[in-house]
Amino acid sequence: MYRTLIKDLYMEVRMFKLRAIVAALTSIVLITLLLVRLFQLQIIEHAHFDTLSDNNRVRLKSTEPNRGLIYDRYGMVMAENQPTFSLDVTPEEVDDIEKTLIELGKIISIQETDIKRFNKALKRHKPFQGVTLRSNLSEKEVAALAINRYRFPGVDFKTQLTRYYPMGSSAVHAIGYVGRIDEAELQRVDSSQYNGSSHIGKVGVERYYEESLHGKLGYKKVEVNVQGRVLRTLEETPPVPGKDLILSIDAGLQATAEYAMGDNSGALVAIEPSTGEVLALVSMPMYDPNPFVHGISRRAYKALQKSGERPQFNRALSGQYPPGSIMKPFIGLGGLDTAQIGVHEEVFCEGYYLLPNEERKYRDWKKTGHLDTDIKKALAESCDVYFYQLAYRMGIDRIFGFLDLFGFGKKTGIDTTGERTGLLPSRDWKKRTKNTIWYPGETLITGIGQGYMLATPLQMASATATLAMRGERRQPHVLRAIRDNQSGETLRNQIVKHKSITLKSKKHWSKIISGMKEVVHGVHGTARSIGYDLTYKMAGKTGTAQVYGIAQDEEYDEENLAKKLRDHALFSAFAPIKNPKIAVAIIVENGGSGGQIAAPIAKQVINHYLHKNYGKNIH
Amino acid sequence: MARTYINDLDSQESGGLRILQAIHLDPPLTIALLLLTACGLGVLYSAGDQNIDLIIRQSTRLVLAFGVMILMAQIPPQNFKLWAPWIFLLSIILLTFVLILGDVGKGAQRWLDFGFVRFQPSEMMKLAAPMMVAWFFADKALPPGYKNLFVSLVLVVIPTMLIAKQPDLGTSLLIAASGFFVIYFAGLRWRMLASFGVLMTALAPLIWHYMHDYQRRRVLTFLNPENDPLGAGYHIIQSKIAIGSGGLYGKGWLNGTQSHLDFLPERSTDFIFAVYAEEFGFLGVMLLLALYFFIVIRGLIIASKAQDSFGRLLAGSLSLTFLVYLFVNVGMVSGLLPVVGVPLPLVSYGGTSMVTLMAGFGMLMSINSHRRLLRK
Repeated sequence: MYRTLIKDLYMEVRMFKLRAIVAALTSIVLITLLLVRLFQLQIIEHAHFDTLSDNNRVRLKSTEPNRGLIYDRYGMVMAENQPTFSLDVTPEEVDDIEKTLIELGKIISIQETDIKRFNKALKRHKPFQGVTLRSNLSEKEVAALAINRYRFPGVDFKTQLTRYYPMGSSAVHAIGYVGRIDEAELQRVDSSQYNGSSHIGKVGVERYYEESLHGKLGYKKVEVNVQGRVLRTLEETPPVPGKDLILSIDAGLQATAEYAMGDNSGALVAIEPSTGEVLALVSMPMYDPNPFVHGISRRAYKALQKSGERPQFNRALSGQYPPGSIMKPFIGLGGLDTAQIGVHEEVFCEGYYLLPNEERKYRDWKKTGHLDTDIKKALAESCDVYFYQLAYRMGIDRIFGFLDLFGFGKKTGIDTTGERTGLLPSRDWKKRTKNTIWYPGETLITGIGQGYMLATPLQMASATATLAMRGERRQPHVLRAIRDNQSGETLRNQIVKHKSITLKSKKHWSKIISGMKEVVHGVHGTARSIGYDLTYKMAGKTGTAQVYGIAQDEEYDEENLAKKLRDHALFSAFAPIKNPKIAVAIIVENGGSGGQIAAPIAKQVINHYLHKNYGKNIH
Repeated sequence: MARTYINDLDSQESGGLRILQAIHLDPPLTIALLLLTACGLGVLYSAGDQNIDLIIRQSTRLVLAFGVMILMAQIPPQNFKLWAPWIFLLSIILLTFVLILGDVGKGAQRWLDFGFVRFQPSEMMKLAAPMMVAWFFADKALPPGYKNLFVSLVLVVIPTMLIAKQPDLGTSLLIAASGFFVIYFAGLRWRMLASFGVLMTALAPLIWHYMHDYQRRRVLTFLNPENDPLGAGYHIIQSKIAIGSGGLYGKGWLNGTQSHLDFLPERSTDFIFAVYAEEFGFLGVMLLLALYFFIVIRGLIIASKAQDSFGRLLAGSLSLTFLVYLFVNVGMVSGLLPVVGVPLPLVSYGGTSMVTLMAGFGMLMSINSHRRLLRK
């Protein structure tokens, strides 16, 4: 009691000093605690926070390289890059995305598919990076948006270069198109090169030469603030623009061929025999590749798919047709070379052919028969019986072996997409796929290009070019040269020479070619209607391939057959004979007679090409 | 009895220091404060994106604050003791007034607007509360008995509650601490101190119950900032990134990316320490904390040498409160403590608290320099 009432100054000071020391020690403890914490953050976890800090401020922006352009052999632009406007929405800067979309929809057209795509992209977008809502805005839409822009924070225009095909549907099956890159494609390509890219070659040359056309992605390391606004560039690697392609396609010839094909479905391939350069590659009907660049609307795509003619189907490379009579020159050549028939040997044609011990009649297209027929006449008049006889003598093994030399049944290796192999039947093939033996009757119809045999128009054109070159084989290709935009160098594409076909006698080439000349220029030639006013000599062969199997003793009646079931009309040709500049193969689906339908198309195409390049006086 | 005061002439330094002493300033403390505020201006220049206006405004306040400090240093500590109850009473009245006005307005109400000057009564209370408790103990036998202890606790709790009601959790905690420190220096028994700690822990759920939603959120966010990285946790996450990315040497003055690219919020005020730590690194942080530590220790030394109980208790409390400021702010910015609005003393942008702090240091200097001649 006493102590608590009387102030003891001495004791009080002593007590205070003790407490001050305790306080000082506590201060040391607290400050040490802070230092330990700061040591932990700044020294121990420094690397972690440094990364976070850089993640905060440094963004890697990729710069898309300009895609290489595509030209025809004379420098006409076939694929170019056009500046277009797209509308980007930066979600972080938009309060209410749904409302914004509705409001924007009142100003510009926003389809359901746009919104779907947008929502998908929204899920994987990086913070403060715009997500494309609409691409390819029209000028009207850009203007309308510009006025209302203040109402939409976080909504921006983006200018970009977009692929454009100035020729529209022309040559679409050679060039192909680019489209929005999809997941599967990202897996296929070096995705680091496609960081900034939205498009990739989907089909055709655009896809085949994707790597050259694409170029190399550029990178920009930029510093951004908390709003994601770019403040400065820290580091920059400029993009390397893609290389330009100069195709061997002659755009003028291509257009002529497409025009000549008219409304028919079918295909046409024209090749320069000496080089293998593809001059025209037509598949009818065509389609406009431009909508695919921006993402074709579902309805338009369905319409394309549903159309009976299947415009997207590349008939020139993927279409596998029975070649019909245009195989006859090759069978004939094989017959001569394997000495199964003599140069002057005649076969008597009475309108049909009978296999020994068989009842079945193998008919000639001409009911009355061609009578005495040698190789030249057999080609000119397309006598079936002659080739039944020849095929029977040769047997399927020799036929297979010989036609194989011309590349039938194999891909030619052309530098664009969609090529198929066709089918060159053999005993082995039949055993393998059908597990049955080969029948002699099948050899006969193979002799006239029917039966199992299938070939693509490209194979037909390529084989015709080889024939024109008398055995010198060139790989068909569409790339003539490639131009490096950085160095300015233009590099010619190399001509790939395959192993030449050497016959026992070179005269056999001449014999066959003279027969093909008769087709066009002969009095009885199946394509004589196109031959009378040619200023040069053309070798050709008509073909009419059966689509509809007619029963024994039944008559083929064109009038009463639905168009779908009508024969395909084929024609293969090259000209001039002495110094071949162009080889062509044509198929007009359900066109009927090759001589009447396909041959005139070939005439227009060859005329155009030779007259343009070599003048009217070419021989 | 006529009282005579002389300057503390223990040390016989010459020149500038003597001038300081002539105006009742403690040279080591004054130099430390000058260094700290100069350093603060430098950081603020960077934190405020080199905004000269900001620096001018802050400098004006500093000049004012140092003026107040010098002014306070001239007043003999006996006067403070004399005025203590009245200042305390006035502060209580003003705080009550603020609360009533606050009910009319919405949200936190901390200011009184007299037209010509805006004034925060809680700032006044920061000084008034320890003064009052020190006054209460000054002439009593120490260590205090239970009755006096209870009265002193009431003296601390009343202003604390008033300010917590505003609500201003940070300031109310600081005021509670400053009052509590007086009680501690007055001789609160160690056993009592320990049981007090236990009591506070036990009361935590009750405190939680009376907390405002935003205060609870702060505590939750503190416990796990990553829970809410874009909301309330954002401050702490970004601040930790700023501090951590500073490393040992820092990114250099004006080169802090977190602060200059706006990732760090409140960087001129409550989070200015993060700017400093980012730009000057752990080495800079050690220097800064050493400076603060020096000031606290110098304050405690002054307190130990004080001539009477009032001076001793007040000086001791003011010094430790300064440390609490530092600890709460740095602890908050570095994620050690929940976010409470306590600025980094003498560095954060803002005037009122700086003036209060410097007034406190003025009192410390007054206690140090006005010494009664004692009869030998």
